[in-house]
Amino acid sequence: MCGICGCGEHNHHHEHGHSHDHDHPHEDTRIIAIEQDILSRNNLLAERNRGYFEAKNIFCLNLMSSPGSGKTTLLEETIRQLKGRKTVYVIEGDQQTSNDADRIAALGTPVYQVNTGAGCHLEASMINHALKHLNPVENAVLFIENVGNLVCPALFDLGETKKIVVVSTTEGDDKPLKYPQIFKESDVCIINKTDLAPYLNTDINTLRENCLKVNPQLQIFEVSALKNTGMDKWVDWCGLYV
Amino acid sequence: MHELSIAQSIVELAEQQAMAHKASQVEELELEIGALAGIEISALEFALESSIKETMLEKARIVRRDIPGEGRCGDCEAVFPVNSLFSACPACGSYAVNIIKGRELRVKSIVIK
Repeated sequence: MCGICGCGEHNHHHEHGHSHDHDHPHEDTRIIAIEQDILSRNNLLAERNRGYFEAKNIFCLNLMSSPGSGKTTLLEETIRQLKGRKTVYVIEGDQQTSNDADRIAALGTPVYQVNTGAGCHLEASMINHALKHLNPVENAVLFIENVGNLVCPALFDLGETKKIVVVSTTEGDDKPLKYPQIFKESDVCIINKTDLAPYLNTDINTLRENCLKVNPQLQIFEVSALKNTGMDKWVDWCGLYV
Repeated sequence: MHELSIAQSIVELAEQQAMAHKASQVEELELEIGALAGIEISALEFALESSIKETMLEKARIVRRDIPGEGRCGDCEAVFPVNSLFSACPACGSYAVNIIKGRELRVKSIVIK
């Protein structure tokens, strides 16, 4: 082992082909142990957001799903039903356009649109920024509609109180097994478009079982946001949190 | 393609440390990536290739330690290798499995000059 640069201390597999022939001048190189989580910067900012939510008693929900699962329709209906019970704010994440934010604004709900451009997910810094624009009041419910993507958003903590994954019956009943990460990370799963199940090759019970295989703690709501069925339990859950 | 943000965070983290130690160049970067961390290795390698351009890591060797997944059954406490997030316990068949290894995503060390 080289006592100066420490390069012999590596216990990794030397699969990378170079021979470690120690021909570099030892006085010049040093090994620095870092041992740091790659997402630490995002996680730190997420914790700041979380502290902000805790201090103002804001219930922050991060909604994640594939594109087209009905997140915005679910939000619209949820906002309508929460009216008079809770003050609601929304942060919308999309790669382009303010279409979703326009739909929320039409309900008279304060909304901030984040366009990620090429980005496939929201990060804690974007929420931090959006909060400065929205300045939500105490005891409010804040919905974050993440970029439609069933993979990337799972990795990025935003500081939310709960993570919600939305899956629609049109996506088939094996989505939890195909994209387990996001179901594993979530606290709640909303099965949307239940009204369409009879016309599809999707069995809601199988979908439910697959959800619980990946995450036995997952709390599941079955709804059709468009037809307003099964919404009351979910809306109560959103509104009763203190 | 969250691997691009991951690659950029890696470069940022390594450069910060290298600068704190007054280095001029990073010669080697050692990463620990768990098999269940949600990272597509080839996508990460591709993203790193472009992210290190014109940084202190431009010439760095990238050493990757892959960490296999390991789970512990919440019902019978058995510990066993897992290669997916929904493995049933081989001892009792329960799905209440806690992942105890394989979700690592860390910069372990750098060699600086």
